[in-house]
Amino acid sequence: MSGATLLARRWGWRYAGRRAWAVGNLDLTVPAGQRVLLLGASGSGKSTLLVGLGGLLHGQESGQAAGELLVDGVPAYEARHRTGFLLQDPDSQLVMSRSGDDVAFGPECHGVPPDQIWPRVDEAMDAVGFGYGRDRPTAALSGGEKQRLALAGQLANRPGLLLLDEPTANLDPEGAALVREAVAAAVAATASTLVVVEHRVEEWLPIIDRVVVLGDGELVADGPPDEVFGRHRDALERMGVWVPGTVVRAAAPRTVATTPVLRADAVSYRHRGALFDAVRATTLSLRAGEALAVVGPNGSGKTTLAMMLAGLARPRTGSVLAPDANRPLHRRRPASLVRAVGTVFQQPEHQFVRSTVRDELVQAPKRLGWSAERSAARADDLLDRLGLTVLAEANPFTLSGGQQRRLSVATALSGAPPALVLDEPTFGQDARTWRELLRLLEEVRDAGTALVTVSHDRAFVTALADRVLPMADGMVAA
Amino acid sequence: MTLVLGAPVVRRRGGTLNPTSKVLAMAVVAVPLFLSTDAVTSGIMVAVELVALPLLGVGPRMLGRAGAPILFGLAGIWLANWIVSGNLSGLVAVSLRLVALGLPGLLLVVTTDPVDLADALVQRWHVSPRFAYGALAALRLIPLLIDEVQTMRRARRARGIGAGWTPVSWARLTGGLLFGMLVQAIRRGVRLAAAMDSRGFDSAAERTFARQSTVTWRDHLFVLATAIVVAVAVAVSMATGHWHLLFS
Repeated sequence: MSGATLLARRWGWRYAGRRAWAVGNLDLTVPAGQRVLLLGASGSGKSTLLVGLGGLLHGQESGQAAGELLVDGVPAYEARHRTGFLLQDPDSQLVMSRSGDDVAFGPECHGVPPDQIWPRVDEAMDAVGFGYGRDRPTAALSGGEKQRLALAGQLANRPGLLLLDEPTANLDPEGAALVREAVAAAVAATASTLVVVEHRVEEWLPIIDRVVVLGDGELVADGPPDEVFGRHRDALERMGVWVPGTVVRAAAPRTVATTPVLRADAVSYRHRGALFDAVRATTLSLRAGEALAVVGPNGSGKTTLAMMLAGLARPRTGSVLAPDANRPLHRRRPASLVRAVGTVFQQPEHQFVRSTVRDELVQAPKRLGWSAERSAARADDLLDRLGLTVLAEANPFTLSGGQQRRLSVATALSGAPPALVLDEPTFGQDARTWRELLRLLEEVRDAGTALVTVSHDRAFVTALADRVLPMADGMVAA
Repeated sequence: MTLVLGAPVVRRRGGTLNPTSKVLAMAVVAVPLFLSTDAVTSGIMVAVELVALPLLGVGPRMLGRAGAPILFGLAGIWLANWIVSGNLSGLVAVSLRLVALGLPGLLLVVTTDPVDLADALVQRWHVSPRFAYGALAALRLIPLLIDEVQTMRRARRARGIGAGWTPVSWARLTGGLLFGMLVQAIRRGVRLAAAMDSRGFDSAAERTFARQSTVTWRDHLFVLATAIVVAVAVAVSMATGHWHLLFS
């Protein structure tokens, strides 16, 4: 098994119905076995190049091609059996309920003789350091383990070219490390060519030996990592790339008012059918203008605690109270809940309920019975502060990832609640959106809104929080 | 939910039969039940099924737990009949037919791994792999969708949108949730399809099988025994004059 060579000769692609070329006139040669990190802002054409190499851009309906894009000397579409493609979402890639069966799926599709399938499966599972047997249920795996298994599923086809599309964007730091280790072991074992798209560059440096940067569909920079990051640092940061060596400054100590805005009194929570509490009796209070961060590994109960603080999950024992009413948050009517607390969810698309950006922002004020003028003024103010004014009439689902994130924070702020609960707000965001989000939340905090942020993102917590609440096994760790 | 999504509850006995044999047995049982409305045919079948299920590994406790939906269905039919006609005569035959049909289905659900079912359908009955394994992969998305609906419901509450007290507002909320679920299902489906094709699901190569789906003498015996029981039940019913064709 050997690595594939890649060759783009004046290659370009224009999606059907678009005027501009997503990639135009690209010349690129990648020798067999090279490990390439592909960078660029969203809309730079890097994803187009990646799916093009995967042979997924094919046919008149989907768009128009120019020049040539060759894998091992043949058009990428015809070389698809030589290509393995690992995607972002760990949950949408597994087919079977048992791990071994899942890895065997690819070889079965390619007609590998049955007696050779299981040796290949074992080899691929070893190569990624899977750590469990073939019978391990895929439903019992963590996100990082699922990605490892999905990578094994690609390796079982013995690809000469591995394409990775932000494979760690949806994972916590531990899961992301698992995947990087697996990729490093896999390319070392198979000598296959690697092309990876990732925002978080630093952790990938030990694995890659070349960086290619695209901008507006053209080659902007190309070379060894040290050289590219040395010469193009500013341009890369503007693109939203996490350039290695960027320092995040810690939040300055501040004095916080003593006005309480939320109080949780011995709240606990148990999932349906579970034997143990996901959150054990937890008491805490949150004051106006205070930024609290809840951290801890997956399954520690931090999101569940946040949902109770937001009045969205009913505690098994205890209650969460806001000072404006005697009724516990989980029993308040929705229209009354928005008066006390706003919530920002991990996936922005889950929380959009209207068909234009402006309607999203007047939704909560209307519920609160504000006048039309006051609602409109509030919406205009938020649109302006978040740089979304030109998109006021756009459908929320058509926005970019960063715009959706900003809008989701704005919708939670629209009713001017005294407290805001945020679940992994920086998940999968590039460095530019990350900085914008930090600046926005600092403003909100300094204006007196209390923040509860559940996050794996240590840099974000360091930069924003006054107080950090570490959780483990459903309890606040001392 | 484990019944729909994961490994079978029972792996021994009935679990070792080929899934196609269990589907075949269901079909054999269904034929006379669709033809005749009498209580004797279905009564004999229910009696035999209740004896056979524990032998196939489905014990009384499992039967009670997994069979609850059938009982709910029965209660619904009784209630509806009582409201409409005010009497419960004639319901015995209807109930027996429903139970006689339901119990073999229960055997299939409780003792069959969905992966084995897909393997068997493709290898024994030459069902299209695109359909069988596609459906199998879609099955895996159900718990994800359930989680997503919960998140969307919470998100609506967080935005000040509640069910309210009127049927209209309730219908609007539910409609919105269903639409959101549909959107998420399509998006996930598209991603899953792309991931499957990237592993060769769209390959023109002839598919091979890592797991062999085999049929043994025990499968033949099982289907034969089912056919004999059905034949005996029909014969007794005819001999005692209870047999009554539905459309005659």
